Amino acid sequence: MSNISFVREKEIPQSPPPITESNAIRWVRQNLFSGWLNSLLTILSVYFIYVCLRDFIPWAYGGIWTANSIRECLDINPDVACFSVIGARWRQLLFGFYPTEEYWRPILTFVLLFISIAPVLIPRFARFFWFSLIYPGIAVWLLWGGSIWPVFSIYLAISLTGLVFFLAKNKFKLSSGFSFTAAILFFFLYFIFIAGPFIALFKYILPINLVLIESLQFGGFLLSMIVGFSGIAASFPIGILLALGRQSDLPLVKMICVGFIEFIRGVPLITLLFVASVLLNYFLPPGTSFDIIIRVIIMVTIFSAAYMAEVIRGGLAALPVGQHEASAALGLSYWQSQRLIIMPQALKISIPGIVNTFIGLFKDTTLVSIISLLDPVGLASLIRADQKWNGIYWELYVAIGLMFFICCFGMSQYSQYLERKLKTDNS
Amino acid sequence: MILTIMVGTPARCWEGFYKEVIMKKSLFLSVAAIVGLTAGVAAAGTLDDTIARGHVKCGVSTGSPGFSGVDDSGKNVGFDVDYCRALAAAIFNDPMAVKFTPLSSSVRFTALASGEVDILARNTTWTYSRDTDLKQTFLGVTYYDGQGFMAKTSLGVSSTLELDGATICIQVGTTTELNLADYFKANGMSYEPLPTSDNAESKQQYLAGACDAYTTDASALHGTRINMENPSDHIVLPEIVSKEPLGPLVRHGDDEWADVGRWVLNALVIAEEKGITSANIDSFSDTKDAEIHRLLGTGDDDMMAMMGMPKDGMYNAIKHVGNYGEIFERNLGASSGINIERGVNNSWTNGGILYSPPFR
Repeated sequence: MSNISFVREKEIPQSPPPITESNAIRWVRQNLFSGWLNSLLTILSVYFIYVCLRDFIPWAYGGIWTANSIRECLDINPDVACFSVIGARWRQLLFGFYPTEEYWRPILTFVLLFISIAPVLIPRFARFFWFSLIYPGIAVWLLWGGSIWPVFSIYLAISLTGLVFFLAKNKFKLSSGFSFTAAILFFFLYFIFIAGPFIALFKYILPINLVLIESLQFGGFLLSMIVGFSGIAASFPIGILLALGRQSDLPLVKMICVGFIEFIRGVPLITLLFVASVLLNYFLPPGTSFDIIIRVIIMVTIFSAAYMAEVIRGGLAALPVGQHEASAALGLSYWQSQRLIIMPQALKISIPGIVNTFIGLFKDTTLVSIISLLDPVGLASLIRADQKWNGIYWELYVAIGLMFFICCFGMSQYSQYLERKLKTDNS
Repeated sequence: MILTIMVGTPARCWEGFYKEVIMKKSLFLSVAAIVGLTAGVAAAGTLDDTIARGHVKCGVSTGSPGFSGVDDSGKNVGFDVDYCRALAAAIFNDPMAVKFTPLSSSVRFTALASGEVDILARNTTWTYSRDTDLKQTFLGVTYYDGQGFMAKTSLGVSSTLELDGATICIQVGTTTELNLADYFKANGMSYEPLPTSDNAESKQQYLAGACDAYTTDASALHGTRINMENPSDHIVLPEIVSKEPLGPLVRHGDDEWADVGRWVLNALVIAEEKGITSANIDSFSDTKDAEIHRLLGTGDDDMMAMMGMPKDGMYNAIKHVGNYGEIFERNLGASSGINIERGVNNSWTNGGILYSPPFR
């Protein structure tokens, strides 16, 4: 025992790691300077970022917000941004020429948009799906105004038609085909005989009116939002149907779907927009005014539906054939198996592609400036037409780019959240 | 077994699809029929339609400094805009009774042809083929523009003829490109073209020193120069190398409507010639000049009835919007900040070439 010359009776207090191994420095060493090549690349990258930001930061940070024209900006300091134009024109960039006192309407529509997509995206709110269904009508009425009753009567027609179908099928035990025909017949009779008097009566009894806003007054980011989100909402279901149709065994359905998809994909969007703005005017009888925004929404929708169909077909193709066979073995009908087995998996696989298409569609809405609709890009040139701001380029484009970035980045982040949430680690 | 299901299910779908298509088609046909019925109404003259509608449908550009744009409050302003306001004032005694449709250069003529707008005041050059082949009627010239050149003062040139051998920024695919080539060839000079896609790029290239001079319509050069960092560093050369007469136009086939547009324009020119402005117009009620009485409707003759317009139509147009000179000064002259000289765009009595037929 006495051989032992030293016994430590207490633990040595923990000492900090060597300075070269401490967190920050170690991270830098391991990640940025792990070898001569990486070190060189790091230095080059940092220099590149520096060169990019060297001029931009002082230009943007020192920007002038208070001048009344580009001339005043130049007189104060010609080397910094003249953001005064944003201050003077932000209303136009956001809302176009929508009347100022009615701004609450697009804002309310925008807020309700989030409420209406919640049931679609978040399972917890799925029981509020009815709101998602009535939202389009509410949005149209809020944005364009006028009487509420025409919009209401369309919803009434759809629900009554559904009721007729349900009654015919379940109460009177008619065949599906006959019930369907009866429902459709009712739908037309409703519009021919009931809708007009109904609207007139309720306009008289209970006039609920908003100031009518013409499509010409829409512009700026509001217009991009309307076109983008209508296109996104409508192209998704159409895309699913097209994708299923393309895989169908029925030759005619397949041919129509393939023909549609290939034709639309083979044509640039700007061509379709020109058709909407120019050619339709020739085809339709003179004097008819078919709202230009609706024309554009239809074209944007069919364009992105074709892309959507191919994205979803990719998801369908990734599913093992056993899934189809298993659902058939369970005795599920075609639509039941699509709804319960195939689509949930196929759509999950396709999320990145779907969001990719959505973001592309949203940015493509800037093309409408070529057919004279005043989206933010179109407004930029209109703003420059005012001699006060003639010569402003960067400031406007930076602001517009920032707005689009926020929207697109938001969509992208949400899709990644959705992917993590739906991840099952079995495929 | 599986096979039977997989064939049988689509077969049932096909049944539904068949019905769907039949139904969809009838829906489409009935919509088309309704549209067709409502469309049959518009057959009267454009002036009658306009009066019934209560506003003028005027096509303007999507942004052209001085000619059409919007101010900070969202109001349409500009030289072309004011012409349409004068037209509206003449018809309705209300310069605001206009619906402006911004039109890009690619859709402007179809918008006019299809009736989306009834008059196009969109700094459009009056050319032979546009008048005949595109089946439009030009109502006159509101502004005589032409292609000009801008150069840096430090270059020390005072005339386009001194630009021999210079590098010139030019928008590709425009008539200006052809005019430039013609002009330099005719004067035995050489130049180095630097192609750009639009006026904005031309300006950036020019400022960056990539070209010695840049060329586009003179009216645009003036507007651009004023808002440069130091306008005095740049000079718009005096030579104009092409003819670009800009004017309003209407569709072929409605001469009554064309007359209204043409004579409102003429009235604005006559008003300046006679010294009638929006401010002093009421002092002409006892003038001895019979033409003024005819123009303003202050005499016994109701000249405007020949066009089916209110007797004091021209009075209202001048009262609300001003004469040609006032419109020019407000949108293109010194008070607009663009500072374009009147030059040829002046009454023939002041050395210009604006000359209206008599109002008789």
